[in-house]
Amino acid sequence: MYQFNYHKASSVADAAALLARNPEAKLLAGGQTLIGAMKLRLAAPSDLVDLGAIAELRGIRADGGTLTIGAMTRHAEVAGSKDLAQTIPALAALAASIGDRMVRNMGTLGGSLANNDPAADYPAGVLGLAATVNTNKRKIAADQFFKGMYETALEPGEIITSIGFPVPKRAAYAKFKNPASRYAIVGVFVSEGQSGVRVAVTGAGPCAFRVAEMEKALAAKFSPDAVVGIRVSADGLNSDLHASSEYRAHLVTVMAKRAVQAALGK
Amino acid sequence: MGAMNLIGTAVKRKEDYRFLTGAGTYTDDVQLDRQTYAYFVRSPHAHATIKRINKDKALQAPGVLAVFTGEDLTAAKVAGLPCGWLITDVNGQPMKEPAHPPLAQGRVRYVGDHVAVVIAESYLQAKDAGELVEVDYAVLPAVVDVADARKKGAPVLHEVAPDNTCYVWALGDKAAVDKVFASAHHVTQLDFVNNRLIPNAVEPRAALASYNRAEDSYTLYVASQNPHVERLLMTAFVLGLPEHKVRVVAPDVGGGFGSKIYLYAEDVVVTWASKQINRPVKWTAERSESFLSDAHGRDHLTHAELALDQDGKFLAMRVQTTASMGAYLSTFASCIPTILYATLLAGQYTTPLIHCEVTAVFTNTAPVDAYRGAGRPEATYVVERLVETAAREIKLDPAEIRRRNFIREFPYQTPVALLYDTGNYEATLGEAVKLADVAGFSARRQEAAARGKLRGLGYAAYIEACGIAPSNVAGSLGARAGLFEAGEVRVHPTGKVTVFTGSHSHGQGHETTFAQVVASRLGIGLDDVDIVHGDTDRVLFGMGTYGSRSIAVGGTAIVKALDKVIAKGKKIAAHLMEAADADVEFTDGVFKVAGTDKQVPFAQVALSAYVPHNYPLDRLEPGLNENAFYDPTNFTFPAGTYVCEVEVDPDTGETQIVSFTAVDDFGKIINPMIVAGQVHGGLTQGIGQALLENCRYDRQSGQLLTGSLLDYCMPRADNVPSFKLETKETPCTHNPLGVKGCGEAGAIGAPAAVMNALTDALGVRDLEMPATAERVWRALEQAKMRKAA
Repeated sequence: MYQFNYHKASSVADAAALLARNPEAKLLAGGQTLIGAMKLRLAAPSDLVDLGAIAELRGIRADGGTLTIGAMTRHAEVAGSKDLAQTIPALAALAASIGDRMVRNMGTLGGSLANNDPAADYPAGVLGLAATVNTNKRKIAADQFFKGMYETALEPGEIITSIGFPVPKRAAYAKFKNPASRYAIVGVFVSEGQSGVRVAVTGAGPCAFRVAEMEKALAAKFSPDAVVGIRVSADGLNSDLHASSEYRAHLVTVMAKRAVQAALGK
Repeated sequence: MGAMNLIGTAVKRKEDYRFLTGAGTYTDDVQLDRQTYAYFVRSPHAHATIKRINKDKALQAPGVLAVFTGEDLTAAKVAGLPCGWLITDVNGQPMKEPAHPPLAQGRVRYVGDHVAVVIAESYLQAKDAGELVEVDYAVLPAVVDVADARKKGAPVLHEVAPDNTCYVWALGDKAAVDKVFASAHHVTQLDFVNNRLIPNAVEPRAALASYNRAEDSYTLYVASQNPHVERLLMTAFVLGLPEHKVRVVAPDVGGGFGSKIYLYAEDVVVTWASKQINRPVKWTAERSESFLSDAHGRDHLTHAELALDQDGKFLAMRVQTTASMGAYLSTFASCIPTILYATLLAGQYTTPLIHCEVTAVFTNTAPVDAYRGAGRPEATYVVERLVETAAREIKLDPAEIRRRNFIREFPYQTPVALLYDTGNYEATLGEAVKLADVAGFSARRQEAAARGKLRGLGYAAYIEACGIAPSNVAGSLGARAGLFEAGEVRVHPTGKVTVFTGSHSHGQGHETTFAQVVASRLGIGLDDVDIVHGDTDRVLFGMGTYGSRSIAVGGTAIVKALDKVIAKGKKIAAHLMEAADADVEFTDGVFKVAGTDKQVPFAQVALSAYVPHNYPLDRLEPGLNENAFYDPTNFTFPAGTYVCEVEVDPDTGETQIVSFTAVDDFGKIINPMIVAGQVHGGLTQGIGQALLENCRYDRQSGQLLTGSLLDYCMPRADNVPSFKLETKETPCTHNPLGVKGCGEAGAIGAPAAVMNALTDALGVRDLEMPATAERVWRALEQAKMRKAA
């Protein structure tokens, strides 16, 4: 790790000001990816602006049909939330499946989304639930948020403050883990709610994406059988040491089927 | 006192108090006054010439004390790292032994190869300055895969080996074997890749050297499995130092698995550098460095054939293996795919004719050497995959084909040089079949099928040669070292005992197992005995721990020393009781005159030896302290049968090991809990090789693709089932404890058992390790396509 300056931001406005003053600064939002990269000297920010002390960024609020989760809410808090257990248990289960206990105690929802690792779990949940990403500047619909590998709609200096999740009628997440890193090789989040059926995939492509054909089939009949015959194209999917694009394409179908089964409580 | 009961008792490990309370002392825990830190600049290229190294900027960086390169070592006449085993080529020539410089001499040959060392006041300063060492490389094409090493036009690593071949070596009567194959009733053949593994001990390698100017002597703390061997190799072959001026201490060591046997460049460089700067120099590997620079394991490519008659009797076996040595010859690299591999190809069977040819090649990868099992897992994989496949081909029950071929009379001379002293393969197989409930398997398979799962069962009946020895045999096979062990029993005046052993414990629990042996023999309490190991200044000599040799060789050396203590004690006791020496017996810690009620306890005899007021000084020296060196007459031959049951999810290709039964014959067992722990660890590593672990280098660039735990998959608790273990005891015939060794068995037998189960579940002939979910899924897809066509 190279030397850097550490700042503890007291508010979102303070964090934004610190970012503006230090063009090479990075936000520290749990640090479960960033600190590791810094230790390996793969990342060398001049300054770290720690969001950990900003109370307004943390917590889970139920508000009618929407659940709002602060950007700095830890995975363990999401996993253990009673509100979520009653409204979107699938999202709590997703959070409980991230990394290990230490990662879940430090990692945050906002940190995960801003980093947009192609194998991260949260992007599937956010996209699969048609969530809204709230920042210090605007509201961004999930469909507009994920732009590519480690690439989001966030502009320089923009800070995620919370994410609003509409409560679905039913939802579930099924993940095929990389046996080494335990990240998702393929994770599929399926939901049925106000905006219809959504099928969001993480791990398989450069960033989370939806599978329109599966959504259509499930809208017609919300049953595992509806998706078993639907194969996504392997073109453009990730292909690496751990899984070829063909295998990932195959797993999208299998995990979608399992997610639907789970959403139906089977 | 009942101390004799300690043999075969699962007493809790004495060393665990310090390990579990954080009171262990590992090399990196040792802090010396004025200590400095070393950072090694490593090659980012798999193959390159070094045109120029400029260390000016690094030397000016904050805290930097010195920067050394290969040139400095040459000027100081530091030699290359030696290889401890000479293999003779089929054409009678010695193997090719290219120079193995501790710091590169104008050329680097793998990613991670040592280019320079930076020494600074802090590790971070050394590392920062390391980035300022300017190395001008001219990149050369690299060869990485075993299969590519001897291809025409392949890049050449060493001028002394223009075809990248270290040796071609063979064992057995080729003409006789070929003749049998030409007319055999049935021939089973398979091609194997024995996947390359990265050891990954929890404690990374570390070394801390200091130089004492007053005595002109050195002390090296190092994470080593064999400190005396490390000292011998370093002083006599590399640094040219007087051996008595170098102390090597291997304190608590957090796992070795073979990877800490060897003399590494870092150990040599920090020792040499500590005198240059006249301050202690510490180096502790980062995990990434461990991946790059620890000696790797396995990496074989094999074609193997088994000839059978119509009754399933094995007639002959023919094996051709190409094995990677990596870029340089590590300390014992050359003997692993030869002496510790081909000699095991008889397995538990009477196969009368075996021929094995091994070609060892250099590739632009980290050196390859012994890793848990070392040659024997590779041999067992060949034999047991062939046997199971043959059984399926000729439609014979896999237990039955083994029974028809078991060796049943001992001693047994195999056609591949080994003489098995004893064994009972029927006993371990029979118990395994029972314990694994093989009879109920078809019902379990049906039940799994109803759940959409494919269930399979596979066996492996392994043998291993342990207690590596005897020296004269090893010497005739090319060993450049002896393979005995040394022990010293120091009885203190109060009857307490300190034992010094040349074996080294890096997780095996010797401090308990050896203490059980000593306490039982002397009839004293377990807490009255301490076992000291890992320090060349305290322990008289030692060959160290590898090849499951500690109890069989090191334990026996202690027993030999104990025998001397007891013999002397009898003479002292005879004097005290005014009896004839021959009338004194020693049992349960008490010396008695046979047939009388006269007796003196062990502690009183010890006291008399050190306070010799009433003592036969005219015929006995005072004191009670004895040494022994023990060189066995043969290897020991642990053996057993493993039965693995797997379930495959055909949708994803994921494999779950649902049951694993291991019935081992380790001879006499001292501590069954420690043995079970060793088996658990070995099985887990074997399962790791079969399903998860795979070291991959990029075929073009030679970059290590699996350079971290994110990409190199180590087995974890949820990858293995709760093992079903049982042991059978056929005592070893040639050591007094009847022990054979247990450290490697699991890693030797497990891969074949898992892959036999998996191929059974899938109904395929073969599958490459590691059987990742994608490989399994592809095998199922191909099988579907074959069915459709």
